[in-house]
Parts: sequence; structure tokens; C-alpha cells
Amino acid sequence: MAGDRPAHLDRGPAAAGRRNLGWFAAGVGGAGLVSGLFVAPPDAVQGDAARLMYLHVPAAWTAYLAYAVVLVASAAYLGRRDLRFDRYAQAAAEIGVGMTALTIAIGGIWGRAVWGVWWAWDPRVVSTALLLVVYAAHLAVRRMDADPHRGARRAAVLGIAGFAMLPVVHFSVVWWRSLHQPATVLGPSTDPPIDPVMLATLTLCLGAFIATASWLFLHRVQSLRAAGQEPRRDAAGRHRVPARSAR
Amino acid sequence: MNWPPAPRHRRAAIGLLTLIVAAGVALLVTAGLHGTLVYYRTPSELATRPATGQRVRLGGQVVPGSVRREGPLTRFDLTDGERRVVVVQRGGVRGTLREGEGAVVEGSLATDGVFHADRVEVKHSNEYRAPGADPTRAGAG
Repeated sequence: MAGDRPAHLDRGPAAAGRRNLGWFAAGVGGAGLVSGLFVAPPDAVQGDAARLMYLHVPAAWTAYLAYAVVLVASAAYLGRRDLRFDRYAQAAAEIGVGMTALTIAIGGIWGRAVWGVWWAWDPRVVSTALLLVVYAAHLAVRRMDADPHRGARRAAVLGIAGFAMLPVVHFSVVWWRSLHQPATVLGPSTDPPIDPVMLATLTLCLGAFIATASWLFLHRVQSLRAAGQEPRRDAAGRHRVPARSAR
Repeated sequence: MNWPPAPRHRRAAIGLLTLIVAAGVALLVTAGLHGTLVYYRTPSELATRPATGQRVRLGGQVVPGSVRREGPLTRFDLTDGERRVVVVQRGGVRGTLREGEGAVVEGSLATDGVFHADRVEVKHSNEYRAPGADPTRAGAG
């Protein structure tokens, strides 16, 4: 079984699959870049600033997807108590936190260009920042105990509870008065109010983001598995017996 | 300090982290309750409960034809369809301020009924259209 082979010897079909996924992500990303910069028209009101949509929106949706993976992996860990699921949750949460940070950063630039301000104490912006804090805490609690199972259990509980933030973030623009505009594509309308070429470009960029995130996820899971097989070292660099759970 | 830390230290570390996270959440939530959940008031709300002198946010549509630039000042009217408030913004307006579109201003209402703003946030709609596209759909806002 491939899963039993030491990680540094993993040159099998799984590694080839990851490489192919990497090339696919690079290809779709290149096409998205060209389409976003040159093919898609500027917005009638916002001009070229609307092109930031092709980064901001896929980053936010990829973060949503990553947090859904954290939810499922956390539930699987609590059910099976297998650290493999904890590694899935960790890899997904790291990607989610990165994507959320990217969403906020690009949103700030877009906000400066169109709203006129870098930051606003707006429900959408504030709830997104809270989402970042919750999943950063999820990553932190995992490492705060020497027993990996205890850390994994706490992280899993937070990974499941934190998902409750997601609908708050998404519907904040509907529930409360907001500076942020309501959803264009993930809204109730069956005919999204967006130019078809822009929508196609957005779809292409979303594909690139999800492929890249999947590629990062597989690599991260692989390296976490490899790290778990090495003898642990203490702060002085001495080898130490891997911590085994009492369970 | 050796890793893993002694249980006592670990508990202190967990407590400290919980404290930091709780403080962060509390900061964001209180900042939010101060004005995020009702991010802005409408001109009608400002008329019924005039918070003269207080720092508030006011949101509405920019009345077409009302935007004037007078030296360092930018003047425009905001409306919610019922009431109208004259806004004076010191300095220019960044962003894509357009007549008929939404805007949120931050500042205070003077006793003469003029809203003195020092921060203008321009709302934009969730519509994305190419320039020159069918204006009946693009301008609906």
C-alpha cells in the first residue's frame, strides 16, 4: 500500500498525479491571468479596478471550500480518531487561512480603488476578519499539546464550531446594512447581473484557484505525513521517542 | 525551556492564547456593535433622531445633479427617497462617486442641518457590465 511507504520514497502514481495537477493548475492559472487582464472588458462603472474580482472572489470561495474540508475532516477525526484526518484538517485550514488573508488584502486594494477606503467597519469585512481569527486559533490549538491526539481533538471541535461563522460571513451583506455589495453570482438570481465574458473569466480563475489549492493540499498532507514518521526532536535538537497517544 | 513544556506551563500557554483570541474577538465585536451591525443611518432616521454633533455614518443615494466641487469642498445630497441631507466633504472624494449611486459618509450633522463629512465610502452595485453595454440593465444599480 502506498500509504505505508516512507514519504521520501514516494515516487509512485500519487506523486505523478500531484505533478500533473500542478501543471494543470499552472495552465488554467495562466489562461485566467490572460483572460482577466486582456480578454475580459473593464467594468462600466469601476473600470479596471473590477479586475480584482478575478482574485478576490475565487480566493474567498476557495477559503469557503477549504473550511468545508476542515469541517468534514474534523468530524471524521472525531469519529475515527485517526491522525490522518487531522492532517487533512490542518492542511485545509492552512489553505483557508491563507486564502482568507488574500481575500482581505485584495479586498482592501479594491475597496481603496472603488469605495475610496482601505478598510471599513462593515459587517462583511469584520466577519471575514473574525473568520480568519477562528481558523488561526484552530491551527494554534493543534500544536499546543505534546499529545497529538489531544491537540487534534481540540482543533477538530474548533474546526466544526468555526464553520458556523461561514453563513454569517456570506449572508452578512443581506442580514445587515453593508457597504459591501450583495452577492452577484452566489445570490438568489438565476440570471447573475454580470457580463458573460467576465463570468467566464471568473469561472476560469476559480478553476485555477481550486486546482492550485488542491495541489497545495496534497503536498502539505504528504509533508505532514512525512514529518509524522520522523522521530520528533525537542527544542535542543535531541531525538525523542514519538509521542504516542495513551488511547 | 524544554519541549514539550511542563503541564503547568502548557495550561498557562493555553490560557494566554485563549485570552488573546477572546480579546481579539471582543475587540472586533465591540467595534462592530458600535456601528457595524447598523453600519449607517438613512436620512429619514437622521431626521427623526437627529444626532447633532455626534459622529455617525449616513448612507443613501447621491441625488443626480447635486454633486458640486467648490474649492476644497465637495457638496452633494444624499437621499433615501423620502428625505434629503446636504453633505459637505472637506477634500476630494476618492473612489467612484457617481450620481444616482449609493454612498456612505462619516462625520457629524451640524445645527444648520448640513452633514460635515470627513470620510466618504462609495457603494457600488453587484452588477458588472462592459462599457457601452445595454444601459437599461447596467444602470439599474
